[in-house]
Order: sequence, then structure tokens, then C-alpha cells
Amino acid sequence: MPSSIITSNSLLAIDVGAANTRAVLFDVIEGEYRFIASGIAPSTAEAPIKDVAEGARNAVANLQKIVGKTLLDSSRGIITPTQANGSGVDALVITLSAGPTVKTVVVGLLKDVSLDSARRLTETTYTRIMDSMSLSDQRKPDQQIDSLMRVRPELVVIAGGTDGGASRSIQKLLEPIGLASFLMPEEKRPTVLFAGNQKMEEEVKTLVGSLSTSLHFSPNIRPSLETEDIDPAERELARMIINIRKRQIKGVDLLDLWSGGHMLPTAYATGRMVRFLSKVYGSQKGILSVDMGASATVIAGGFKNKSTLKVLPQFSLGQNLVGLLNYTTLDNILEWSSLDISSGVLLDYLHQKSLYPATIAATQEDLAISQAIAREALYLAMQTAKKDFPQNIANIKPNLTPLFEPILAGGGALSDASRPGQSLLLLLDGIQPVGITTIILDQNNLLPLLGVAASQNNILPVQVLESGAFLSVGTVVSPVVSARYGTSILKAKLSYENGAEANIDLKFGSIETLPLANGETGKLTIQVLRGADVGFGPGRGGTIPVSGGALGVVFDGRGRPLDLPDDPVRRRELIKKWNWTLGGG
Amino acid sequence: MQAPVHHIIGLTSIVRERVLPISGNVTARIQQKVTPNDVVAETRWAREHVLLDVARLLNISPNAADRLIKCNVNDELKANAEIAMGKGMFAKSIRAPRAGRVVAVGGGQVLMEAGETKIELRAGIPGTVIQILPNKGVVIQTAGGLIQGVWGNGRIDSGILANLADAPDAILTPNRLDVSLRGSVILAGLVKDVDTLEAAAELPARGLIIASIYPSLLAKAREMRYPILVTDGFGSLPMNSAAYKLLSTNAKREVTVNAEFYDRYTGARPEVIIPLPTSSDPLSPKEVEEFAPGLQVRMRRPPFMGMIGSIVSIKPGLTTLPSGLRAPSAEIKLENGETVIAPLVNLEVVG
Repeated sequence: MPSSIITSNSLLAIDVGAANTRAVLFDVIEGEYRFIASGIAPSTAEAPIKDVAEGARNAVANLQKIVGKTLLDSSRGIITPTQANGSGVDALVITLSAGPTVKTVVVGLLKDVSLDSARRLTETTYTRIMDSMSLSDQRKPDQQIDSLMRVRPELVVIAGGTDGGASRSIQKLLEPIGLASFLMPEEKRPTVLFAGNQKMEEEVKTLVGSLSTSLHFSPNIRPSLETEDIDPAERELARMIINIRKRQIKGVDLLDLWSGGHMLPTAYATGRMVRFLSKVYGSQKGILSVDMGASATVIAGGFKNKSTLKVLPQFSLGQNLVGLLNYTTLDNILEWSSLDISSGVLLDYLHQKSLYPATIAATQEDLAISQAIAREALYLAMQTAKKDFPQNIANIKPNLTPLFEPILAGGGALSDASRPGQSLLLLLDGIQPVGITTIILDQNNLLPLLGVAASQNNILPVQVLESGAFLSVGTVVSPVVSARYGTSILKAKLSYENGAEANIDLKFGSIETLPLANGETGKLTIQVLRGADVGFGPGRGGTIPVSGGALGVVFDGRGRPLDLPDDPVRRRELIKKWNWTLGGG
Repeated sequence: MQAPVHHIIGLTSIVRERVLPISGNVTARIQQKVTPNDVVAETRWAREHVLLDVARLLNISPNAADRLIKCNVNDELKANAEIAMGKGMFAKSIRAPRAGRVVAVGGGQVLMEAGETKIELRAGIPGTVIQILPNKGVVIQTAGGLIQGVWGNGRIDSGILANLADAPDAILTPNRLDVSLRGSVILAGLVKDVDTLEAAAELPARGLIIASIYPSLLAKAREMRYPILVTDGFGSLPMNSAAYKLLSTNAKREVTVNAEFYDRYTGARPEVIIPLPTSSDPLSPKEVEEFAPGLQVRMRRPPFMGMIGSIVSIKPGLTTLPSGLRAPSAEIKLENGETVIAPLVNLEVVG
């Protein structure tokens, strides 16, 4: 294994997902890092193989065939570094999202303070909060012990106590955890993260140290009542999750060894990349990444001084799909459908798809259902993630999606869309962006892989991002306005580099496009009507440079928040029309 | 490309691990012949705990309380048994609020387990114990037919298979469940109402094998004390021809329905086992296959969901599907003679 990636050339990145494992090769072409190709194979965390390394080897074997380069040796190990005969790679990084959600109990002193911070921290990775405990918990300690014994958490996250503050209350909260752990067989005891009052380290060690499979400490996530600092604990938690996976799934330890102990949860790597991008490219607007996968929907937001990461297994499109109905109704999902589908058919679909998460839509009707579900899941995920976005970020209206530039999107649901227009409409409906933003599709799901590589090679992500490895769908203009259907709300003129011009008169309720090819730039002059706001202020227009994409410049005149017609026939006709306008068929 | 395998086999060697949810005592012996109802391991499980903070109750220090506590770890205490007695003229007595076993003493506190219940692990399938898993359970081997399902209600039982499925999509109704079926495992096509599930419980039936079930009936199905196994899925799917053929031709034989929950990580799946006498051990089923021409496959998504066919050819590169998606695909000849194209990820090998 090479000791550093910075001095190396080729980089193999592997992402082990719940459904698929991808192996991606990056190499230096004409002095710059480029995405070369990716190989894909079904993930093998589940039975009958139950060894993630096997799926990783299969993905690399498929990559080998594509690039015509030997990457695996005779015993199916990765060849590192690059050999004189050209085989092998110089470095290897790995991310992981496969595995069941980690059963977690969160503990905090005050419900709306440290417990809330502990919850936010826990939601940065693939966990399911099974119980929470705080001083306002009305249960007796023995009842808390009973609950812990029933839940059998794999992870306990504890926060509370400002630095140098009270410690007796924390002790009281730790007691049931220590006693419940004592009652569990040694191999079933939870991993514990203490992210509270730093002065309590020794007491925590005494109370739960010997009773946990491993006890970890991170800086206090709530050093004072007014301050929350999750980042250092997030890093610690990310590695803890990998260690939990090592105990749960065969092959994780081998992959971690291959990556030199740098394997990261996919979501954490995505969050890191978004944080990195917001530092490199950051403007007044935030950067948003959405990833809709089989194990979770991951929403990462990068803002000027803060980033947020939200891993939402409840809105995943895999085996937990039926659980979506805990958060919405069949009718709500069907509102997004372009076809007339009964709620019974949808309910059957949700259960059937949960059985076979890796299957894809082969018919038009199946695709319409899967896209409707993805829209609702993304919408709910965004509404959930929005609650934890920082205050005072750029927005047009506080209740709407904040201003982002750009929005990056990846994951299985978007790969399931057959055309970029379908993906774009899904994103417009689910995210409901406002103002002017660029939408970029991460078709090869590179973002987390660049994130895991970034910690060791900060040139690679920038060069790969700028190399066209991502598909720019285009610039989207979404005015915030309320008007009657068919009323003019915006006029725009796109001036091309060759001097040509194109104009548009956007009516409320419609979607329009102006062509501007990928790689081209133009000047967009916007004049708003009826007090519409595209980010320049209500009723104010302006001129901005825009860059092209697969769909050019897209104008979404449907208003925000999106309010679909109640009449189902008219609604379905409109969805079909919008899809058609965007070339989604 | 690697293919998932769904077992529907007339005769195979079946090896199953049966383990306790928590550690306990294994009562079976190696090479012991077991019937499905034989207890192979047992343990005790306490659902509730009682924490007595003696120090706080007596208003003394934890160390002082420890000196007054009379019970020890593993003591079985009756309700109202004295745990500690304070000092002084009006000494306070701390007593066990309910019967239980002491599991921890220290720091001025006593922790008891209460409401203990006995857990018995039954063999579940007839066969021979070929391995003892110390403190956990056993591995049992048998030979016979194996039909995997896609959903189970977590129960297990055995009985004589009674075929009430005149066709793979025959709807089972309560009026077909008469007293002659008491103690049987019932084979049916579809169940569409709660009344049918309840009528089977009233017999009582020892099991119900159905092709598909309405999602709205799942909660009720989970409540039933007899095993319910679904072979194909949800809604109104008929039973796949391979499972229907194998099950219907084995009517009147003793079968075991292990309707355990599907766990994709451990590989546990609901299954029907039809024990068959054999002179030698048949081959174990293949757990992994590669998609190849000639293999029997089942369609897992529309169109043709649930239908069985055989792979004619694997299409080169990516094929554009009617949905517009592009994916590696295969040409499949269905049992009705029709040839269709299906993406490989929507197929599973049957065998």
C-alpha cells in the first residue's frame, strides 16, 4: 500500500452500497486527474455470500474489463502500487453504506438542548433511534433498563453538560445504561460515544467503560447552551460506524485494511465533500447534495460557516420502503403520478419492491409509480433536513427551500430515471429549489468517493469535478410568486456567445426551456412580473451569466411551494406536460 | 452476472441452524433424530427489572448501604423478602416488591430480574442433529423438498398438507375450511379477507401456504398463532408454477412450515420443508449462480411478475426497456411459450 496518495497517480475508489458496489478508476491524463470508468456489481453484504469484499472484487473485475487493465492479482486482491507492466493502482479509497441501520439510543441532559444535539449527531449516519433518555424522561430507572434490554442498542450516543458544568445529572442518566449493558452478553453490549462535558471522562469510564464493547470520547457537541459543534464528534462517529460494521458484516475489515484504515461511511464522505466544496466554491448561497439510495436518502448542505448532514433511512428506496407510509399517505404519493394508479396497486408495489430493492422499473406504469414514490420521499427528506439547516442562511422566504448553488444529485432513484429531464422534474418537485441555481447530476455517484479521497488528495476532487465527470442538467430559474394559472410571471432573454438571442414569456403553472448546450455560456436577462422574486428581490430583475447543460436554461413557473391541482385528471395531464417539456417522455 | 437463487426443489439436502435468541442450555445430543416439536435448547428470559436504591431509601451512603444489604447475586427472592434493614430505633426495612432473581448488588443498589419466562427452542424440522452450537442451539440436517417463500408471520409448525388450491390463483374462503382440516397445513392461492385467516385459526390449522396476500391483512396475519407463508408476494399474484406443482403434488404428506421472518443479512427465509425418505444424502442446493442460458428463472417485477421461464440468451450490452431505462437483460422463454426481454436484476434463478 502506498503511504500517501498525493504522490501517486491512479486511484481506485470503491463504494459498497446496499444494492450495488461500484469500483471507480481515476487517473492522471495530460497532467490532470480524470474519471476514467466505473465497474458495477451487486453488493454481497447480504446472504448468501455475506461478505462485502466479494462484491468489491466483482465490481473491480468488471472495471478491469472496461478499462482493459489488470487490477486484481491471482488471489483476487488489489494490486498496489502500479506495476511496471501497467497493472494495479497507486492508491485505494473505500466508502460503505451497506448494512442494517444501527440501532441507537440517544441520551442528553435537556430535551431541547443536548438531547437534540445528540439526535442531530446520530442522524449524520446510518442509524435508527430506538429510544431517547433525558432528565425529562418520566420513566423510572428500572423501566429504562427494561427498554434498553428490549431494544438492545448497538450504539449509545450521550451528550450533555456544558464544559465544566453539572455532572451529577449525567451520572444519573448513565446509570441505567451501565446496568443494562452489564446484563447483556459481552458480545451484544453497545458501543458508546460520550460527547458531553469533557470533565466527566473519568466518571464515564468508571460507569460504562468496562460494560461497553468500546467507549469513545469526542469534544463536547454542546460546549455551552448557545453553541453546538457537531463536526468533531461526527468524524468520531463515522469511524465508530465502520467498526460496528466490522463486527456485523464479513469483509469490512479486509476492505478497511485495503484502504489503509481510511474507510468511511458513504454519507459522511458525501458530507465532507459538500463541506469541501462550500469552502472552495462557496458563495452567499449554500451548496446542496441529495443522494437517494437503497439504504437512505442523504441530504448534505454546505453553508458559509456550517454544514449539515442528514442521513434518513426512513426515506430510503430500498427494503424500508413500506416504512415511508409512517410519514405520508398513499394519496400523497399518488399526487405525483403521471398515470392513473389505484392506491391498492401502489400499496402492493411498496411491499413488493421492499422484497427486491435492487429491481428496476421495466414498464411505463412501474416507472411512473417508482418516480412518484421517489418524489414523495425526496420531498419529505428535504422537509426534515430543512429543520436543521442553520439560521440566517440566504433565502427568499424562510418557509421555502433556501438558495443553493449548485444542487448536486445522485443515487439509485435518479439512475432509475431514463432521461435527464425525468431526473430534473423529480428534483424540482422534491427539492422545490427557488431563485436561480445549477443542477448537476452525479450519474456515476462520484461525490462520496471524491469526499473520501479529498482528505488525502485535495487536488483530485477539484480536477475531477471540473473535468465534466458530472452531468450539468442546466440552470434552473424558479421564481417565487403567486398568480393564476396562465398569467405571465417572468420574461427572459438569453444572449448566446455567437450573438443570437432567445426569449421566453413564462406563464404561471408552466415549465419552459431555452437551449444552451453543455460547455456553452450565455447572458440571461430576467424581467419579473407580478412581484415575482428570483433572488434579486421581489419584483426585481437582473442580468446574470449562465452556463449550459443537458436541458439548457429551465424556467419553473409553477410557484413555491408547489401546489398541484386538486383535480386528478388535470394534475396528471400537467405532470405529463411538464415531463414532456423537459424531454422526459 | 451473479444471480440470486430462490429454492424450489423436489429433493435436496437441507441444513438449518436453530438458535436461541439469548444464550441457554442445549438439550439435544449430536446425531439425535428429532421431530419438529422436540425441544432442542432452552433458556430463561426476564422481561422486567427492579432496581432498588437501598442507599437512597435508607438515606445513607452507598458504602453503608452495601453493608446492610442481605442478598447476593443469583439469590431467588420471594415477594416481600427483606433485602436490607436500616439501623436505629425506627429502622426501615427494604423489601423486594415482587419475586425475582438478584442480578447485581453494589453501589448501595440491588438489581433484580422479575417476570422470568422459560423459552423453549423446538427443532422446527424433522432430521438429525449434526452439530451442537454450545449455549446457542443446534444444526439439523434433513432431506426432502424445499419451497422458499417471500413472507412469513414468524411461526413454525408441521402437519399434513391439504390442497385447497384448485388453481394457483384460487381464492380461499372461510366456507372451505371445515372440521376435516383440523391440524392440517392448508395450501391455497390467495387470501383476501380477515375472516379466512380467523376461520383457519378456529379449526385450528397447523399452517397456511398461500401465493399472495393483501398488504392490509399483514397485521392480522402476524397475530395468527399458526404459520402463514406467502410464496410470491403481495396483492393478487397467483402462485408460481414451480411452487404450485411441487406443493400440490405433495398433498397428504407431512410438511413443516417455517414461516420465519425474511432476514436478508442472515439469509433466514420462510420455507416449506417436505421431509422425504432417502437412501443417501442428496446434493445441497446451490446458493449462488451466474445468469446463463438454460437456467430456470422467476420474474420479480412487472411485466410477467411471478412467472417462470428459462433463459434463452443473455443480451449483449445494455437493452432499452419499455420504461426507457437501459440495463443488462436476457431473453426469456416463458412457460406459455412467449419469449420476452427482462432486465437481469429483475430475475432470480429457481433451483
